[in-house]
Amino acid sequence: MLLGPSLALSAVLFALGMLGVLVRRNAIVVFMCVELMLNAVNLALVALSQLHGPSGQLMVFFVMTVAAAEAAVGLAIILAIFRHVQSVDLKQFNLLKG
Amino acid sequence: MTSLVWLTILLPLCGAIANGIIAFRKPEARGPVTAIGVGVMLASFAIAVMVFQELAAGSGEAVKVLLWQWMPVTERLTINLALQVDRLSVVLLLVVTGVGSLIHLFSAGYMHSDKGYARYFAYLNLFVAFMLILILGASLPVSFIGWEGVGLCSYLLIGFWYDVDANADAGKKAFLANRIGDFGVLIAMFLIWWHVGTLDYAGIAERAPAALPYAGGVATAIALFLFLGCTGKSAQIPLFTWLPDAMAGPTPVSALIHAATMVTAGVFLVVRTGVLFALAPVALEVVALTGALTAFFAATIGLRQYDIKKVLAYSTVSQLGYMFLGVGTGAFSAGIFHLVTHAFFKALLFLGAGSVIHAMHHAQHHGHSHGDPQDMRNMGGLRKAMPWTFLLMLLATLAIAGVPPLSGFFSKDEILTAAFVRGETNGIYRISWLLGLAAALMTAFYMARLLAMTFLGRFRGGSEVEPHLHEAPAIMTGPLAVLGVLSVVGGALNLPSFVGGSHKLEHWLEPVTEPATRLMDALVLPHGSTELMLVGGAVAIALIGLALGLRVTMRGPIAVPAMAPAETGIWRLLHGKYFIDELYGRLFVGPTVWFSRTVLWKGFDQFLVDRLGVGGTARVAQGLGWLGSRLQNGQVALYVTLFAVGVVIILRTLAG
Repeated sequence: MLLGPSLALSAVLFALGMLGVLVRRNAIVVFMCVELMLNAVNLALVALSQLHGPSGQLMVFFVMTVAAAEAAVGLAIILAIFRHVQSVDLKQFNLLKG
Repeated sequence: MTSLVWLTILLPLCGAIANGIIAFRKPEARGPVTAIGVGVMLASFAIAVMVFQELAAGSGEAVKVLLWQWMPVTERLTINLALQVDRLSVVLLLVVTGVGSLIHLFSAGYMHSDKGYARYFAYLNLFVAFMLILILGASLPVSFIGWEGVGLCSYLLIGFWYDVDANADAGKKAFLANRIGDFGVLIAMFLIWWHVGTLDYAGIAERAPAALPYAGGVATAIALFLFLGCTGKSAQIPLFTWLPDAMAGPTPVSALIHAATMVTAGVFLVVRTGVLFALAPVALEVVALTGALTAFFAATIGLRQYDIKKVLAYSTVSQLGYMFLGVGTGAFSAGIFHLVTHAFFKALLFLGAGSVIHAMHHAQHHGHSHGDPQDMRNMGGLRKAMPWTFLLMLLATLAIAGVPPLSGFFSKDEILTAAFVRGETNGIYRISWLLGLAAALMTAFYMARLLAMTFLGRFRGGSEVEPHLHEAPAIMTGPLAVLGVLSVVGGALNLPSFVGGSHKLEHWLEPVTEPATRLMDALVLPHGSTELMLVGGAVAIALIGLALGLRVTMRGPIAVPAMAPAETGIWRLLHGKYFIDELYGRLFVGPTVWFSRTVLWKGFDQFLVDRLGVGGTARVAQGLGWLGSRLQNGQVALYVTLFAVGVVIILRTLAG
């Protein structure tokens, strides 16, 4: 049921998220794009559980848990960096330059 | 006793070790050093005498003393550490330990106030040990240990006062010149092993005539390579330049190492391996001609030297040339005879010179003069202050000049007669004979000049120095007196038939030289009028040379070094030693230094190894690191991009 459109939507969301991660310079936006990619994957997992049983849906819970944890840690890191350089522009975060 | 001959080596070796320890621990302990240093030599000499007596009682068979198996390489090649006591080695054993003992005694007086006293005796004892290994060795490799060892001790003793650069340089020069010669000996040893199959002297004498074709290329090559070694060790053309510089060492060292013993090792080696030379007549001609040329040219240089030791040094080179002329004619016993008599009178001359230098140094020190104590122009009239030294030096001078009946007359005459006989059929020997005669004339001349400048006339070293001149102590004049007696009567070893002798040394050495002389045309010495003419000629030459030398030297006043006019013309050439040192400097030293500096150092080491090798590796690593660091620009976007590209590539690969 609606497997094709679901996967297509998932792919589009993933690609958009990916694009956002690659091209945006605002750390918050990049962070949100990462979330978008995770949810695109979730969508694909749910859709594919039609064919492979409930294990895909089970996996989604794990992804959501990890995403929640990641959101907490990620936002905390962004906040810490912001305090340090007064900016959320990724271009400014180059302390690890080789 | 013969089986205990190794004690003669061990004793000086232990002396060297003991004195070496003292030199490190308690260098001011002169008493024990003298007791050990001189004691081991006297003990060694006593054993040598006993060995000699035992051998003299026998029929002349060589006795081999096997100490241990040294290098059992293959079944064909086993090198034993064995000593060989035969009539040749025992003669040298007596000379080395006997003259060595006297020189050790003399040194106790001469070096008494030197701060390196213990070190000096350690080196000197070590030298004797190595010298005895060299002459007692039963095979070439064993002798070669001694051969190298005496070279080492020579180096150590030339540079004994190493805080003066020139002395250290002289030591280095001697060592390097000897290395060139040693290379020849090594090549010769390889060739002998390859073609004859043994390195034992006895084995070589036995097998070489069958293994090597007479006058063949191999025999000639072996003999010439051996002779190259001899030119290094015995200071012959072209490697003679180190010996005059070697006078930088203490004077007793010059007497022992650079006159009486070590430098004669080459002559000994030629006699030891006489069979190989007998198989190569061309090599023998080379030996004779080289010897004669060396005798001649060194004598000409000796005519115009002012340093008393330099005169004696060139005289030594010249006399060594005589010895090679002797062995080059196949008259091996004549060469050894001259070796022995030369050891007596040249050691005496050097020790006498040492006594003079000692007195001059002492007097200049007390007279607050800064003249060169070795420059004969600062001397003169020393006979008054040093009558004993003068008398003994006079005897040695007459001996070396060849005035009968002193020892040098007989030995030199024998060599010249042998060269004359060979010269009747061979032009090269004829030239050698003439060169030898000319050298004899010059020998008498420069020795008379030395004597006149040093002992006759008036003292030129300054009136404040003169009252402090005095004779050396008894410990120094004693050995001089013994050597004086030996120089006078040494000729008795091998009296020729025209004075009623029986060529004793020649017959004594026959068992050793026989395998070689059998291969050569017999040397038929002339009798009757020819012999008398030769002898008369030799005596006349000696007397004319002495008279000329005295006359020319005493003719006018001698200027002290500071007032001396510059040398001109031929004198400049002779005083400058034909500028051979400068020539070698340009020809060999300069290019070697240039090559080492520009090619090896700057080119190979600095550029190739340092810059390309070490530096290059570092640069490559640095470059790769730089490339890697470009990836780490700190921009998350780039990392993510790369990550994404990587994932795509991986997925693509997995899917493909």
